[in-house]
Amino acid sequence: MRMGMKSRLCGMAPWGKHFLLAALILIFVILSGSQRADALPAFARKYGLRCSACHESWPMLNYFGQKFKDNGYQLMNDKDAPIWQNPGYWPVTFRIIPIWHRISTGKVAVDAYSGGTVTGGQTIRRITSSGFDLSGLDFHTGGTLEKNFSFYVLPSSDATASFHFETVMARLDNLFGSPWLNLKLGKFELDNLLSEKRILTLTGNGGIYQLYHFTPVGDGNIFGQMGDNQLGAEVMGHSYNDRTRYSAAVLSSTDGNVGLPYGNAYTGFFTFSQAFDVGKLGVDRLGAYAMVGEAPTYYLTQGGTPLAGSGLANKSFHREGFVGQFYFGQHFDLQVVTQHGWDNAWFGQGYGDLIGGTVTGNNLPGTTLPAGSQAPTWNGVLVEPHYVYSPQLTFIGRYETIRMSRQATPGTASDLGNISTYTLGFRYNPFMTSRAGFAWHNEYNWLHQDGTGPIIGLNTSNINTSELLTGFDFDF
Amino acid sequence: MNSLKRVHFFSVILNFVLAAGISVARAQDAPDVGPHPPEPLKAMESHIGNVTGHSRDAKLDYRRYCAGCHGDLGDGNGENAVWLDPKPRDFTMATFKCRSTVTGMLPTDQDLFNTIARGLTNSNMPIWNTFTKQQRADLVAYIKTFSPRWEKEKPADPIKIPTEPPVTIESIAHGKALYTKLECWKCHGPQGKGDGPSAATLTDSKDQPIRPYNFTAGGDDSRFKCGSTNADIYKIFITGVDGTPMPSFADVIQPNDAWDLVHFLRTLQVKRHSKENEVLKAAGGKIPPYNETPSTPPASPNNSAAPASPSENRTAGGGN
Repeated sequence: MRMGMKSRLCGMAPWGKHFLLAALILIFVILSGSQRADALPAFARKYGLRCSACHESWPMLNYFGQKFKDNGYQLMNDKDAPIWQNPGYWPVTFRIIPIWHRISTGKVAVDAYSGGTVTGGQTIRRITSSGFDLSGLDFHTGGTLEKNFSFYVLPSSDATASFHFETVMARLDNLFGSPWLNLKLGKFELDNLLSEKRILTLTGNGGIYQLYHFTPVGDGNIFGQMGDNQLGAEVMGHSYNDRTRYSAAVLSSTDGNVGLPYGNAYTGFFTFSQAFDVGKLGVDRLGAYAMVGEAPTYYLTQGGTPLAGSGLANKSFHREGFVGQFYFGQHFDLQVVTQHGWDNAWFGQGYGDLIGGTVTGNNLPGTTLPAGSQAPTWNGVLVEPHYVYSPQLTFIGRYETIRMSRQATPGTASDLGNISTYTLGFRYNPFMTSRAGFAWHNEYNWLHQDGTGPIIGLNTSNINTSELLTGFDFDF
Repeated sequence: MNSLKRVHFFSVILNFVLAAGISVARAQDAPDVGPHPPEPLKAMESHIGNVTGHSRDAKLDYRRYCAGCHGDLGDGNGENAVWLDPKPRDFTMATFKCRSTVTGMLPTDQDLFNTIARGLTNSNMPIWNTFTKQQRADLVAYIKTFSPRWEKEKPADPIKIPTEPPVTIESIAHGKALYTKLECWKCHGPQGKGDGPSAATLTDSKDQPIRPYNFTAGGDDSRFKCGSTNADIYKIFITGVDGTPMPSFADVIQPNDAWDLVHFLRTLQVKRHSKENEVLKAAGGKIPPYNETPSTPPASPNNSAAPASPSENRTAGGGN
């Protein structure tokens, strides 16, 4: 086996050898040349704490970091207000990730050629490509305006520097002197204990939690994506040591998109969790969440164009599940999220989404659903183990699966849209200070989805996609 | 073409695995985060109730949460120390501010445990109450590995805190007189704002500037460095704050005098709701002059509770 590999490497093309050599040299240069950095991530430099104090592995929070966040980015040591900071302090951190990645997508329909011309037919091909790339750029700025007045603003761009506001919120903390009452207003991340915004993985499919964004194939409801930051207001509270937490949010049904909603519909998001001191194992937490909302399926039109604010015929949807954070000593932990999802049959038939400017179906008066239409339902679970070798090195794994339990249209393949995905990776922080963050990130993700590929000839329509990624994830 | 792609792919995988191996090796020693923690002088234990802490179990937690300020060597010279005010504790000196033991003695394990959970207000020491009891007990044991004093000496027994006498306008007045007589005002200022004539000159045992406590800052959530109850203030008078200019008054004042001083200090916290401020308000908002009669006035219809006897002792943690 080894010999086979050796002969293959010996016989590889010159560019392949150079690539291998260059990559190896790069690794050693990176690791041997790493120095303490003098950059200033916003919170760490304010309080003089290492990244590891708040992050199990940056950017994922540990319990102390979660409490800090729940306190409105305050240590509660009476030095939280800006008046205590050096006037030169500027609470800004930027984050961007130069990467190399290789994506392989199976079963892409491509035109068939013969004799140098397109025949008019199609065939199935696997497309694999690799190259250097960039993530978007995030400008994080947050902290306190005064004791118990917090804010967070996050202009975020895609890789072409096209910006939007990912987060804009202000928060009144410890109302009436109680940690049980905090009020947040703006666009913010929902109170997901396993935060997608602090996810430890970066690939296209592994860099999100599929559970947080899932909609059945053909479904028109984009409003139930608990992974997207949402516009609304949130009341949140916690015990002094953060063992007990709750939150209740009311959100515009716009999936976080700015501008007036297309209809007068709201969504609620509720969480509750309780942590337990389990001695040598650490602190384990159990919780539950529910997202219950409505969104319009019918829009008045003007010249055939749907009008903003005119949405009617609200239909409902809900997502609910459990969250578990289980720690097994200082090195190993397991994060678990389950979900049961339900969409109204109208959504299941493609009515609803107008945010992207393309309404797939407009439930005008007199419209009827196809015979036998039913509300689609599904169940899913994600399991994410972490092995924290040291505060500087964390191995990450994830298995996520979503299974349709009822399709909107009877007769549809029962597994249409089912997803399974595995992610493996590790993040290595060559240095660990309160001034900057740097992680050498390596990750592999494989995703399988049933029924969403093209059906040509005898091929099945399942799609497999894989991505390998290495990058330098840094903030300053 | 396919074989080239395969080689390409395998070379990437090889790098991936190799990188993981190198990262493991590097992360073991953490060469870029300063000097390595020395091997502990001796494995230490701590005893907090029925929880036993072991220093060996706190190594990772210390590195993750503490070393940035207190330093890998426990000498208070973490990479953030230069930016912090006040400076982080130097564990190699085994001198601790918040103790229940008499001045100059080592604190109890419980004292260190409480400090970790409580944090230190007006400093960068957070409230680490998200840790489990076991984690905190382990960290207490780990802190004890930095100084040989923990091997040679044993902590003294906690001081006894007598029952707090009732708050009266007379006790407040006597406390005010003591505040003047003991020259507390020289550091803490006449109004307790921490702006006394000596305030600007104060340094700690490592010659770092240090500011006296400002009693007037903060409202109902105000805390002192070593606690927030009246008993905690009493304890500070008796034990002193080692490593700072705040001395122990154990040999200077009697227990009831110390309680009177506590009652007066509470009235300096003008934004805080307290029984002392209620008593002061009921007395017209002015503290009457104190005359050298017995510090505890005779019982009256408004003050029928008997003064506590110094022999009516109780341990730390009481108070209001």
